[in-house]
Amino acid sequence: MASPFVSVSGLRFAWPGAPIPTLEIDAFEIFPGERVFLRGPSGSGKSTLLGLIAGVLEPQAGRIEVAGQDLLSLSSARRDMLRADRLGIIFQLFNLVPYLSVIENVALPLRFSKKRRDRVSGSVEIEAKRLLAALGLDDSSLLQRQVIDLSVGQQQRVAAARALIGSPDLIIADEPTSALDTLRRDQFIELLSVEASKTDAALLFVSHDPALAGHFQRAIDLSDINRAQPIEAA
Amino acid sequence: MGIAIIGLAWRSLMNRKGSALLTILAVALSVALFLGVEKARQGAKEGFSSTISNTDLIVGARSGQINLLLYSVFRMGDATAEVSWPTYTWLDGRDDVAWTVPLSLGDSHRGFRVLGTNLAYFDRYQYAGGQTLRFAEGERFDDLFDAVIGADVARDLGYSLETPLILTHGLGRVGLQQHDNRPFRVSGVLAPTGTPVDRTIHVSLEAITAIHVGWETGTRNPMADTISEDTIRGFDLTPKTVTAVLVGLESRPSILRTKRSIDTYRGEALMAILPGVALTQLWQVTGVAERALLAVSLFVVAVGLVSILTSILTSLNARRREMSILRAIGARPGHIFVLLVAESALLGFIGALVGAVIVNGVLAAIGPFLESRYGVSLIGTGPGLLDLTTVGAVTLAALAVGLLPAWLAFRRSLSDGLSVKL
Repeated sequence: MASPFVSVSGLRFAWPGAPIPTLEIDAFEIFPGERVFLRGPSGSGKSTLLGLIAGVLEPQAGRIEVAGQDLLSLSSARRDMLRADRLGIIFQLFNLVPYLSVIENVALPLRFSKKRRDRVSGSVEIEAKRLLAALGLDDSSLLQRQVIDLSVGQQQRVAAARALIGSPDLIIADEPTSALDTLRRDQFIELLSVEASKTDAALLFVSHDPALAGHFQRAIDLSDINRAQPIEAA
Repeated sequence: MGIAIIGLAWRSLMNRKGSALLTILAVALSVALFLGVEKARQGAKEGFSSTISNTDLIVGARSGQINLLLYSVFRMGDATAEVSWPTYTWLDGRDDVAWTVPLSLGDSHRGFRVLGTNLAYFDRYQYAGGQTLRFAEGERFDDLFDAVIGADVARDLGYSLETPLILTHGLGRVGLQQHDNRPFRVSGVLAPTGTPVDRTIHVSLEAITAIHVGWETGTRNPMADTISEDTIRGFDLTPKTVTAVLVGLESRPSILRTKRSIDTYRGEALMAILPGVALTQLWQVTGVAERALLAVSLFVVAVGLVSILTSILTSLNARRREMSILRAIGARPGHIFVLLVAESALLGFIGALVGAVIVNGVLAAIGPFLESRYGVSLIGTGPGLLDLTTVGAVTLAALAVGLLPAWLAFRRSLSDGLSVKL
């Protein structure tokens, strides 16, 4: 098998001022094109782990490699570049920049990454529309609307299109379905998985809901790999 | 970075149109006030220094430089002493003197000063860099009892050609001592100049002498009325004194030598001043108020800049999520920093631009009116370097002000990571 795209080893992270570490992970890997489900209750440190992989947080100890590069040895600017070029991120809620149009929101990552812009052959707008259509948003009147006027489900699909544009190597999704009903939730995960696999992007999907595990090749419980036992948040 | 981020800053501002417009308005008004004050100041200074031009020296009895300038040019205050007629003829006859215009002051008409002079005045008195007096109607005084009135006099008193007027002895608005036995008539009305000429009634030197026949003691001799006009016309009306003399020289380079020679004249205590130097000195005296005004308007601009700071700082919390989305998508902290600085600079730039447009629009609208009614020329106050540098300076200042919220957002975008939950 190929070398992992993300490789975490000997990781220890504590929030400043916290008496005990939030995360202590001996080993965690994501391989190229792999679809991984990471389960854990609220406050278990899932988002913290995502922040560490995305390179916006720095661990106190351990090693995090993304695309073969040791994040800790990179300057923060280089880590930001790496994230812009290689990762697509979807949040739980409030994903979109309210003052940009639907198309502009989808195309936004290309403003920050020349590599991803170069991977889009042809017009950015056409690619954005193609992704939106593939995710079930092909109604042209929708595209004219203010993003805050879209439903939560529609917003999440726009956010997914934005994460997918320019073919990043890893899509990180942080509880993106928590505001959707079961049917829409399953649809969303299916569409996201299909689009990710088209460009061989790996998918790291994080949720507290174990029922979603069936959609993925591999499911991991954070409590199984995390030796630290953070205090459960409400 | 660059264009992509400024574009984002612009879209972000448009998303908050209401507060952005208010902020722009605050900046625009403050810049308009500043530019208005500054242009009025420049205009006033220019108008002031162009009150008299192409006169090399002003000669009067020895007193203070500013005092002589005030009463001879601005018709303010009084001469402490007069210049005798023989001294005037000595001055006029000097080889280095090209021309002289005698000025005789002391009477008034309903609050406006009366100036006795000769016909050379209408050619030699120049203002605003060499403009000569123009007549709106009528012509120079010809008869002994003709008067030429300035534009303000005509407008304020409603006088026109042939209007009779009676001079007052001294300067009281309603003096008891009227020269009512010697009425004048208006022979000419001057066009507005924006100088004290507008508020002056011009008569001949001889007329000044004539109306004072019988007043040799300083008050009206009861016998004065018995002297008929024809008798007076037969008199030798050469004045005994004049108040001041405008002097033009044959050659400019000798100006200081001529001045010294007049200052040290043995026959009489005289003083010669250079109008330009005296005007500058007088402007410095009045300059304190003008600088205070400038300081106040600068503070108002500072208030405008603070309103930019306030609007961005208050928006910062509400936009925390927006910043972390941008960060997650790949914006570096530097992008966030530039985004906020660009936003502040945009507010400052647009505000200053609108302010400059307001001021220049108003000036262009009221300029012709001021020019025709008051003779105030707004040339040099149109759009120019001042507007350009002001817009540039305000934009730079706004950019500097934007550094604070930008730094705060920068710091926070580092510590927030990806996990802001609002």
